[in-house]
Amino acid sequence: MRHDHIISAKQLSRADIEEVLDRAADIAADPEAFADRRENTLLGLLFFEPSTRTKMSFTAAIKRLGGDVVDMGTVESSSVKKGESLADTVRVVEGYADALVLRHPSEGSAKMASEFVDVPLINGGDGAGQHPTQTLLDLYSIRESAGFDDLTIGIMGDLKYGRTVHSLAHALTNVDARQHFISPESLKLPRSVRYDLHEEGASTREHTELEPVLPELDVLYVTRIQRERFPDESEYRAVAGEYQIDSATLEAARDDLTVMHPLPRVDEIAHDLDDTDYAHYFQQAHNGVPVRMALLDMLLEGPR
Amino acid sequence: MSDRELRVSKIRNGTVVDHITAGQAQHVLAILGIDAGSGETVSIGIRVPSDRLGRKDIVKVEGRELSQDEVDVLSLIAPAATINIVREFDVVEKHRVERPTEVVGVLSCPNRHCITTEDEPVESRFDVLEDGIRCQYCDTIVRENIADQIDVA
Repeated sequence: MRHDHIISAKQLSRADIEEVLDRAADIAADPEAFADRRENTLLGLLFFEPSTRTKMSFTAAIKRLGGDVVDMGTVESSSVKKGESLADTVRVVEGYADALVLRHPSEGSAKMASEFVDVPLINGGDGAGQHPTQTLLDLYSIRESAGFDDLTIGIMGDLKYGRTVHSLAHALTNVDARQHFISPESLKLPRSVRYDLHEEGASTREHTELEPVLPELDVLYVTRIQRERFPDESEYRAVAGEYQIDSATLEAARDDLTVMHPLPRVDEIAHDLDDTDYAHYFQQAHNGVPVRMALLDMLLEGPR
Repeated sequence: MSDRELRVSKIRNGTVVDHITAGQAQHVLAILGIDAGSGETVSIGIRVPSDRLGRKDIVKVEGRELSQDEVDVLSLIAPAATINIVREFDVVEKHRVERPTEVVGVLSCPNRHCITTEDEPVESRFDVLEDGIRCQYCDTIVRENIADQIDVA
């Protein structure tokens, strides 16, 4: 790994991605072999927003490597409440830990924070910006289920504010993928992401309905449409209802379709899909541990 | 005395920013950090007839020689601008503005969720694209009305 920090999926090359995923696969195959790799290593957790999966899977990852965490706790219980800047907070906490994971509501926060620290810093989500470790576990899951060659993927839901979507769309420009973006008009990809995809020469199409493109898909990546993005409840219900799937929706899909979701879901994927061969979202979430173990292990080796 | 000299008098020492896109003179001053409290003697011509541009604005700053870096950012709002450095009433240097590859400070990010708009010890940084600018922190692209992002704080 040639990076000091992991800030954005944009910084990851195909070689970087394969390196992390290969090591994650080694870890998943023989976790015992990595159990004391990072003994006495402390991972600093700075979560300025609530998180279940990202925080718990990073905690599990460093512990399974033999290390431990130091946790800032909630914003309410920390000195941030007293008005401390993020720049000061990370400069203090880097003295307590060997690497940091930051989740913060402001876009660009991880990039700025990384400019103030010498230990590796990982972006655990910056507002509507990027979420590169989610992307790595998404890619691991995609490689596992559909592979990276001649991949056709549909990405559906809130494409405007969904940081997992922005990171994934960037990363997929590294592989042989056709990306179909399916969303309501008001939640289409932001200008900056379209710009990058265009610059990369990515193969992309945008749709407002799933139906016409569903039969082509190898992977359908579903994201949650959030209530707060709409001015009123009725508008939200009308729009969100268009982007929910259940086993009836998928009758037109290929038998080997993989359905993914970064979770948490609300009702965009019906529970009647959970026990079908389509459902990959819980396995996807579980992949977060070996992938984050691999990433931490490689970052702690230092850039080369 | 000619018509033109009546509008904007000659300066002895300083910088003349000429061929500014008509209507952008006040933005040029904002970019250069010149306001009522900054002390310079400034003459401004607005919508002056111009052979090259039809109408143009012109700004003369007495007693201050602007550096190339200072004026390059002007290219974002006044791509045709020319810079004349004046000493003892003579133009001793004349150059065009060049489009920089990045702009540090000067402009503020329009994304209110961007970390650079918060109370942090960080300056705004934008990459200059062919047809706009892009925040290096939050990736927001600004194509229209870049002058609205001039940081007057």
